[in-house]
Parts: sequence; C-alpha cells; structure tokens
Amino acid sequence: MDDLLQEFVAETRETLEALSGEIVAWEADPADRPRLDAIFRFVHTVKGSCGFLDLPRLARLSHAAEDVLAAVRSGNRTPNTALVNGVLAIVDRIGEIVEAIDAGASLDDTTEDLLIAALAEDAVPAAAPGPQVSVSQQRAASRTIRLNVDLLDRMMSGMSDMVLARNELARRLRDSSIDPRTEASLERLSITVAEMRDTVTRTRMQKIEALFSPIPRMVRDTAAEVGKTVTLAIEGSDVELDREMLELLRDPLVHIIRNAIDHGIESADARRAAGKREAGRLTLSARQSGNQILIEIADDGRGIDVDRVAAKAVQAGLRSEREIASMTLAAKTDLIFEPGLSSRDVATNISGRGVGMDVVRSNIEQLGGRIQLVNTPGQGLGITIHVPLTLSIISTIIVGVGGQQFALPRQTVEEIVTVRGDAVRIDTIGDATIATVRGKRLPLVMLGHVLGLETRVAGTLAIVSTREGVFALGVDAVLDTEELVVKPAAPPVMATGLYAGQTLPDSGRPMLLLDGTGVAAAASLSFSRKVAATEQEGTVMVVPPTPALLFDDLDGRRRAIPLAMVDRVETVSTDLIRMSGGRMRLAIGGTLVPLHLAADLPQRRDIAVLRLTDGDAEIGYAIAEALDIVALPREIAPADGDGAIAGVAIIDDEPVELIDAFALFGDEVMPRIGAPLCLLQADGQGWMDSFLRPALEAAGYRCVTSIQPDQQPAIALAMDDDPVDAPVPVVRLRRQRAAQGANDTSVYRYDRAALMAAVAGTLAGRAAL
Amino acid sequence: MTELFLIAHIAGRGVAIPTADIDSVVDIGETVAVPRAEAALRGLTALRSRVITVIDTGVALGVGAMPDDATRAVITRVDGHFYAILVDSLEDVATFDRQPLSAGLALDGGWQRVGTGIIERDGEPLLVLDLAALVPALPVAA
Repeated sequence: MDDLLQEFVAETRETLEALSGEIVAWEADPADRPRLDAIFRFVHTVKGSCGFLDLPRLARLSHAAEDVLAAVRSGNRTPNTALVNGVLAIVDRIGEIVEAIDAGASLDDTTEDLLIAALAEDAVPAAAPGPQVSVSQQRAASRTIRLNVDLLDRMMSGMSDMVLARNELARRLRDSSIDPRTEASLERLSITVAEMRDTVTRTRMQKIEALFSPIPRMVRDTAAEVGKTVTLAIEGSDVELDREMLELLRDPLVHIIRNAIDHGIESADARRAAGKREAGRLTLSARQSGNQILIEIADDGRGIDVDRVAAKAVQAGLRSEREIASMTLAAKTDLIFEPGLSSRDVATNISGRGVGMDVVRSNIEQLGGRIQLVNTPGQGLGITIHVPLTLSIISTIIVGVGGQQFALPRQTVEEIVTVRGDAVRIDTIGDATIATVRGKRLPLVMLGHVLGLETRVAGTLAIVSTREGVFALGVDAVLDTEELVVKPAAPPVMATGLYAGQTLPDSGRPMLLLDGTGVAAAASLSFSRKVAATEQEGTVMVVPPTPALLFDDLDGRRRAIPLAMVDRVETVSTDLIRMSGGRMRLAIGGTLVPLHLAADLPQRRDIAVLRLTDGDAEIGYAIAEALDIVALPREIAPADGDGAIAGVAIIDDEPVELIDAFALFGDEVMPRIGAPLCLLQADGQGWMDSFLRPALEAAGYRCVTSIQPDQQPAIALAMDDDPVDAPVPVVRLRRQRAAQGANDTSVYRYDRAALMAAVAGTLAGRAAL
Repeated sequence: MTELFLIAHIAGRGVAIPTADIDSVVDIGETVAVPRAEAALRGLTALRSRVITVIDTGVALGVGAMPDDATRAVITRVDGHFYAILVDSLEDVATFDRQPLSAGLALDGGWQRVGTGIIERDGEPLLVLDLAALVPALPVAA
C-alpha cells in the first residue's frame, strides 16, 4: 500500500504542477471549456484514487469540487468568481494534504468544511483564506523517482545495442586466437551486460499483480459502503505487463470495478428475488492471448439496461430517436461510453456521474487497446480490456524449420516430443495427418508446409494449445528457449495472420513470433472432438525404472534395496558394533545408529554397512558385499509374511529379495508426534512401503500400513481401486501416467509433486470440515 | 513550393523522394524472410537494434524483383513502423519545385499508385515518390 500511496502522491503532485497553468487560465476565463475539463478530470482522478487508498478527507474535498464542476459542465451553474475561488481553494488544499501525506505530517482540517461550504450556490463570498502555511519544506526525501518512459525506451534500445555489440565482439574474438585474459574480460563483460539487461528490462516490466493486489480491499470497502456482499475471484496475477501500461490501466480498472459493484451487482434482496446467490460475484482475470493481454472484469449483476441507456442518450440530446432506432443492440450498449451519460439517476460517492466510462475508454484507447462489452441483461456484464503486448517480455521456444528460426510463446507449448520415441506415432487418415502422442490423437500441422518452406520430415513435435484446441506442430528442430522482447510487426507482416509479433534476439537476426491460432487457421484445422479423442488401447506406458542396489546379505542371500534409500555404503570396524539398549547399534560419527543384521555378525575386522535414510531418520544395514546397481523390474512377487522382505524380483534371471525398507524403518524409527498420520493401503507389493513412505516422511507425514487401535489416520493412500480400511479421505494412486477419463481424480504414482499436492489438499480439505 | 528531394534510381528510372519522408539512408544487412507475406515484403532486418521491414521496391511497383544483392535502402517511418525501401542507387539531395502530375500522363499500375507529382531536374522530369504508398496493404496517402 505504501508504494501505491507514494505513487499517488507523486502523480498528484505532478498533475498539480501541470495544472497550475490551467487553473490560472480558467480563473481568467471561467467559460473556457477545455480548462474546466482538465480541472474536472484532475479532481475526478483524485476522488477515484482516494477511495482506492482510503483517504476520506481528500475524497470529501474532491467529491465536493467534482459536484460543482459537473454542475458547471452540464450548464446548471455558471462559474462566477466565488465558485472559481472555491474550486481553486480546494485544489490548493488537495496539494497541501498530499504534501502532508508525503511528509508524514498532520494537517489541521478545521477549515475544510468552510472550503466545501464556499462552493454552495448561495454561498456568501468568503474572505480569502488566510495566508497558507507553506508545507513544501516538509517534503520528505524520496527513495523513488519518476522517469519519462521515453528515457526508459532509450535505455532499453541502448541496452539491446550493447548486447549486439557484445555478441559481435565475441564472434570476432572467437575467429582469432584468443588470449585467455581477453576471454576472461569478455566473460565479465558478458555477465555484466546480461545482468544489466535484466535490470533494464525489469524497469519496464511488472507483474499485473501490482495492479490486482489492492483490488480485494477496494472491493470489500466499496461493497461495504453500498451495503452489498461481493465475492471476488482473481486469476492470472502473474501475467507481466509493461509498467507504463499498468499505470494507465489502474484508473480504468478501478472505475469499472466500482461501477460493477455500485450499478451492476444488485442488493441482496433483489438478488434473492432474482433467484441468485445473495453475494454478488466479481471475477477479475488476466491472460495473454496472441499479441494481446486480456483483462476481464465480469460480474453476475443485472447487466446494462440497454433501453434505458438509449432513452437517456435521447434525453441528454446525444442521439436522436431516429438514430437510436437504427442502432444495433451492441451499438446501443456502447452508448455507455458516451461522455455525459450514466444509466444511473443518482450519482453516488462510489461511481461518478457518467464520466467514468468515457474516461475509461479513452484511457484504454490511448494505450492502443480496446474495450469490449458482453452484456447479458439480468445475468451480468463482462468487460474485456484488450491491451497490446507491446514490449512485453515473453518466454519463448525457438524452433527451426527450413533453415529459418521462429519463436513460439512458451505458454502455448504444452510439451515437446521427438518423433523417434515409442510414445509418438504419425498416421495419415484420408488427407489429414494425425500424431498420436501417448494415446492422444492430435491433428498434425507441418510448420514448413504452412510457411511454404523446404522441410524435412518432422523430427520434433511441439504440442501447441490454442483456445480452439490442441494440435501437434511438426518442426525440424527445437533449438533453444529464450526470453524475448516482442514488439508488434509491421502491418503487412501481421496481415499474414501467422505471426504475433517480431523480436530481435541476441543473435542480431530478427525473428518472428508465431501465433499458434493463426498457424492452425492457416492449416485449416478444425478441432473436432473425434480427432482429439483419447485412444484407449495401445497406450505405451513408460515408467522410469527404479534403480536398486544389489548385494549379498550376511545370510548368504542375494537382495536388493531401492537406491534412493541408500545414503552411502561404508566399511566400518566391527568393534563399533555393540549390543546396547536391547539391540545392535553402530557407533558412527558420534551417534548411535540402529543396525539391522540378517544373520550373526561375522568374525571379521570390518564389515560393509548400508547407511539407509528416509530423509530424516537413519539406520544401518550390515551386508556381506555390495554387488551392482540394477534397474528394478516392475513386477515384484509379494513375499509371505517376512517383515523385512517386501517381495521377490527377477534380476538377471535370478530371484532377488527386495528389502522392505519400510519395515526396517517402521521398527526403528519413532513416529514423529503431531505430523498427520497417513494410512498406506499397502498393495502387497511393497511399493508403498519402499517408495511412497520415504517420500511422504520426507514431506513431514507419519505413515502406517495398518492401523493400531490407538491411531487415527488423517488420510489414506490407496492404489487404484483397492479397498481402504479406515473411514478417512482417500488419495487414489494409479499406475498409468495418463488419467483415465475426465472424472479420474487419481494421481499418477510417480508424480511426486501432484501426489504431495493431493495429500496436502485432501488434508487441508479435511481440516476445513 | 520548394522542397528538398533525394534523387534515387528505382527500376532503372530516376525518382525524387521528399526528404521529409526519409528517416535515414543505409545499406541494410542480412534479411530474414517472412514466409507467407506478400512478395513485395523481402523480409526483416535489424538496424540499430530495431527490426525493420524491407520492401522490394521492384515488386511493389510491379516491375520485377530487385536483385538479391540490393542492399541500399531508404528508411521511412509509416504509422510507427520502420520500412527499408530498396533502391538501385542514390544520387544527391537538392531543392526542387514540386509540380502536379501533368494531365493525361498515363503511368502504369505500380507507378501510378506511388507517384504524387513531378519535379524537373535539368529539364528532365522525375516522378515524386510517396514512400508510404510502397508499403503493401496500406492505403495510398491522399
């Protein structure tokens, strides 16, 4: 909030400075409309920002001045000296308060009622306010400065030049035999230039979060003021936007949201009567689409009463009846953007008197953007602000085709697969080419064909997701990923419909950014459900093999243990192994580690010990000899009864017992009190014990495979459809990587992140109950 | 009205370009093609860390493509975008009086679109070129 306040102070101060000339000119000629408008805009902006920043004094002053000026604008009042003086006194006062805010000083507010009273139509010309105490010396030293964006632009382009010059230098040095010292200097230069470039780039870019973060508070306060309940949902806060654009979007966004709460969303009673939930719903979302950023503000209120807006337009003399009659519905809806029109009869403190939307639209158009309305009377209003991606930095994937390079926005690329692997098959169905990627059929578009370039058979497929659907884009090669500053290309280039913009990467060769939607359209793809249907059979599942350590145990058996559990293999002196505290322990590194022995300790001087860890606790496992690291087969025959053996696997045609590390740890490790208890619905293969348990315990959970009478598990994990012994929430794991249908909520068992998220999410959901 | 003109040769003919339209005159570097764009669009090139769209003036005028090694170009700015208009050669800059296109002068298609007037140099009439009109898909400036 401090940042915002700083910004407000700086902005107001700046506008005031710019306005001082206008004020003098208006004073000289109160009928001067452009000057009046400028002052009106100023107080209006201050009013908007004040509500936003919770500055009631400023809000009161600016609202009063705005009222008077609006009356003048609409011709209800004629400006006279008293009125002009009154408004100017308020503008001065706003300046003083702003300085006081900046300096953190307090300012006496006793005269403010007088200032406001002086604006009344019947006010007696008051004596000029006494000499104002100058507060400018209270200005606090500021840690921020405001820069002209032109300067930043020049810095940016200078930076790009610097990068290009550095690259050129590097190329030249590479061609000649190079002195290592020169190379070191160049390296340093490169690092500095790269850092510098990041910094310079950051000066322009900001996450849209900066714009969104104060919104929840504003929504809450505004809703409270008008006695409504509004729930707000925000999506896409991490979209990055040009800082300048962000600043220019702030006011329009605030206006739109205030309008939505004040005019759009109905009172609780009206909502109940209309069969809606009592709390209004406001959704604010940002996303990037092609070369644009879309900011969407949607409410579920009453929408715009188009006929009333049209009637108002006639009443205000903006349109004639005949004109209205010939207008389309959309054109009539767009009348809300006309200056001086409000669908609301009573101006409130919250949203203005019809100045809002015209200012909003002109602000957005100033950015090269546009604003779109989706009005559903009775159901709500959706407002979409489109602003260009200009100067947005986007993360791209560079693909090569026919000797040329193109960039693809990374966020549209779901995945990159090579055609060589088993997971991809390419078929021709009729005249269409279909790529089958892990069972999913996707239309295949050869980028080379679309662009009319010489191309080899696709070596790599980029799975591109567009709003219409997903398709596979065949390219010769995927070369690199790069963060690029994308600018709009010239109109003749954009006219092809294939590109979202152009960029100048470090290579110094211009590159075009492909527009996935445009490419799909150029290939005349139609995304029918049939094509995108999931192929159920023939799915090749690729599970990464689990490495395991193969060893000969003390009892002469050959056994294996998942490698992930083995911290290290150490040879220790048998002297360090003692029976203490009722079991064998190994004294090592100043601690006692429980030691598991499969047979009696051999009469040797030293012995190999596997030091096993589950990430927290540690135990030792004495062995005869470590043999090899092998891949564990997927099929493991369950063992009968023996606690320390999870099952038997065939490795190199030989049966090998798989150590049940879970049982080892289960015997040795004290449960961590307080951690959520997870019931592992063991599948008899030991997978849960040996694979899942360490992962869960590392994440701070306690795990059991069967419930003791005094235990109350918080959550159960079960494989596929295995029954669960306890009445607790269950996280289902599946063996297949791909989900089986849309309703499949199970988690692929090796997807650690998803698994942890599911466990945490389920626990959180339980806590909420 | 006296104006400053750059005298250049395009497709073997002398033309006059108002210097007010010219950002700079350069030899462009390597050009990257723009697949599927109009033929008159030779490609993109980088100039002082800006991306510039290169126009094959010959194709734009409908008199045949310029040689691949043509690099001399006049840079102009149209609607905020920079374009490099390829030329055969450049002569000099001088002031001339712009005269309207003579009535009855029948220019063929491409030339007609871009010609906005005539200047006379040593008795030789030269067509005044509107650079913006060479950019494809843009309306001819009035």
